[in-house]
Amino acid sequence: MSAPRVLPRLDSENRFFWTSGAEGHLRLLRCQECLTFIHPPRPVCRHCLSDKVAPEIVAGTGTIDTYTVNYQQWQPGLEVPYVIARVAIDGAPGVFLTTNIVGCAVEAVEIGDRVRVRFEQQGEIYLPLFEKIA
Amino acid sequence: MRAADAYITGIGQSEVGVRLQRSPLLLTVDAIKEALTEAGLAIAQIDGVSTYPGRSAAYLGFSPIGADELIDALGIRARWHLGSLEMSSQLGAVAAAAMAVRTGQARHVVCYRTVYEAAAMSRPEEYPPLRRDRVDGYSQWLTPFNAFSAANWTAQYAMRHVKRYGLTREQLAQIALTDRVNALLNPRALVREPLTMEQYLCARMISTPLCLYDCDRYTDASTVLIVSAGSAIDEVQCVPIRIAAMAGTVERHSWDQAEWMACYATGADLWKSTDYKPSDVDTVQLYDGFSFQAIAWLEALGFCAVGEGGRYVEGGRRIALDGELPLNTFGGQLGAGRLHGFGFAHEAVVQLRGLGGKRQIAGDPKIAPAAGRSRPPCCSRGIDAGAAEPDRSQERARTRPQWHHGDRLGCAGTAARASPASPVSESDPFHVTRDHA
Repeated sequence: MSAPRVLPRLDSENRFFWTSGAEGHLRLLRCQECLTFIHPPRPVCRHCLSDKVAPEIVAGTGTIDTYTVNYQQWQPGLEVPYVIARVAIDGAPGVFLTTNIVGCAVEAVEIGDRVRVRFEQQGEIYLPLFEKIA
Repeated sequence: MRAADAYITGIGQSEVGVRLQRSPLLLTVDAIKEALTEAGLAIAQIDGVSTYPGRSAAYLGFSPIGADELIDALGIRARWHLGSLEMSSQLGAVAAAAMAVRTGQARHVVCYRTVYEAAAMSRPEEYPPLRRDRVDGYSQWLTPFNAFSAANWTAQYAMRHVKRYGLTREQLAQIALTDRVNALLNPRALVREPLTMEQYLCARMISTPLCLYDCDRYTDASTVLIVSAGSAIDEVQCVPIRIAAMAGTVERHSWDQAEWMACYATGADLWKSTDYKPSDVDTVQLYDGFSFQAIAWLEALGFCAVGEGGRYVEGGRRIALDGELPLNTFGGQLGAGRLHGFGFAHEAVVQLRGLGGKRQIAGDPKIAPAAGRSRPPCCSRGIDAGAAEPDRSQERARTRPQWHHGDRLGCAGTAARASPASPVSESDPFHVTRDHA
């Protein structure tokens, strides 16, 4: 995908998520009261409404819940095809990340595949992409 | 007639086309005039305005005419009005109007959806495209991964059906093929060429399993429904269609955190608010901006079990005009144009009144659900579902209660009419450009 990615605007709520890859870790927000993971990150727990929430490191592995192979060139320079997937994150029940599956042929991706995070750096932002676990 | 209920009375539609020169305000006025004429109402009797999604300043083609402008431009004395993106779906504007008339805040509410995306693309200096250097809100979880379009987001739900339940391309094709067959019988449909299974199977992929023909196309049009209070029905000349039930349930306002598209919760809730059941339904008008959404709605509304939608439509007989459950009789969004939700409700009323002409289903239809967008309400709300039935008590006495007609289930969707003056070719823009579902 040679075309530059459109990047997120960082703010006080999402900065930890998008910069966590600098330390090589995937972090998700977690309620410190009821231990529910909260994604997208917001300063309140959607389960118990506590405002005691904090980022925690998660394993960085997961399972492909579903995916699609995109063939449409949405903008000039975008290299196709590529895989867009929804990954269920290990240790964080109910949290899914939309991502790209990289490092393998698009035909090699299946629902249920085990994957591991691989960050792609764009300045201060580290995009959590995923690759198959061999 | 039930004074406490809300009814759809006049309906109208502008010319439907691509790259229309007529201004979006005038398209809206064209549709309103048609609706007023049908209902026998004057503009001075309109005291409410409701629209989805209101004026879309960042991307005018998506919604150029807000409620504020319409009220001022037409000299409407509005006792109640609404123009908002944050509602369950496009048809949420109709549901809100129904609540307004039921609570006495208005008597006759003009509800409209005006789309101008094809014209906007051809006149970017006048209607600038959405520009973003950075993304925030829900988009930040999708766009950075080059998941630009609702085609991508919907495709992932469709792929789960492919892998988990065995949905085939031939089954999915039945939505597009049925839409095209029906569109040929709709003089206002945008797409007026037949589509064969072979063409469908040979079409280029957009985002697996969705190919080009699974995506609707940008359209310029306005669609209007007038919602009237039961207590004001004696002012109306046309057969009123009672809104028998509405629903629009949202569990996660997110495209990727929701296990299921919002239509599933909405479909279940719809039937809880009415004594009707799926077996009472005569025809369904279900959002199909992307074909798979109609499959999901069939499951969500209980016409078949979850996962069985593909097999339910297999071969296309069941959902054909003369089948047991005629689907999207005006051509859906894939055939009639991307009218964005309102087309489905418009067609439910047409069928319930028996005014479908060559596409009119047989018999005396009484219940017709209409559904708007089916996905997780994200960039665009969730779902509404409604049920409507016709009331012909003023037209002819019946021994049975006079509720005929449609139950409308709303989500997203649009119906359109095509103008011969603006022919559409396969090279015209499909809804496969970025953003906006």
